[in-house]
Amino acid sequence: MLCYENRKNTLTVRLTGELDHSAATSIRRELDALIMQTGAKKLVFDLKALDFMDSSGIGLIIGRYKLMAQRGGSVAVRGPGARIDKIFRMAGLYQLVERMA
Amino acid sequence: MSNINEMRLEFTARSENEAFARLAISGFMLPLDPTMEQLADVKTAVSEAVTNAIIHGYGGRGGMVGLRAAYGSEGDLEIEIIDQGRGIDDVQRARQPFFTTCKGEDRSGMGFTVMESFMDDVEVKSAPGKGTTVIMTKQLRDDAIPHEA
Repeated sequence: MLCYENRKNTLTVRLTGELDHSAATSIRRELDALIMQTGAKKLVFDLKALDFMDSSGIGLIIGRYKLMAQRGGSVAVRGPGARIDKIFRMAGLYQLVERMA
Repeated sequence: MSNINEMRLEFTARSENEAFARLAISGFMLPLDPTMEQLADVKTAVSEAVTNAIIHGYGGRGGMVGLRAAYGSEGDLEIEIIDQGRGIDDVQRARQPFFTTCKGEDRSGMGFTVMESFMDDVEVKSAPGKGTTVIMTKQLRDDAIPHEA
């Protein structure tokens, strides 16, 4: 599930529940529409309330990174749990995406 | 390994069954009293393998995915994810980090890497047109094996 807040050109999306390939497919659609609508320059994934993520989450975030980069914007993640953080490190995600405190 | 418990499931290759497969394997391994960490490791690895079967094996066109799991008295868990889909042309290459055949579809190519890092051993049996079987093993705590009353 996805909740969002758009403030000062920063679109913050809060993901909850389980992020797998099935969930990523619908989140991607919703998120891309939001990016277009809001014209945000920065996209922040708030993952504090995300219970589960597999590598589909990496695909989702890298895909949005590419989209934001094309638009001159950036992507950050906030609050990943230890396991999700491990998957991000495995994929070298922090080379592309800022990790916010 | 001599199994003391075993299960076999078959479900349609639809993406909503990724969550079902994670729940099924969690329930099956619960008698082994896994740590939260071990439970999450196994769920993540199964999620990766089942997703691969659905989107790569069958290309999103349906078919059946098999999930077989067993454990022995030593707490050794073995899981197989089986599809009769298109198979993998080059298994070595498919297992490389970031390798994906789905360019532009937001696939990270990290599925096998995640499976390998969260399980003790991952074996892939596949040939073009002959489907794919992923066999994964993990040693769980051996002090928590259920004994017959």
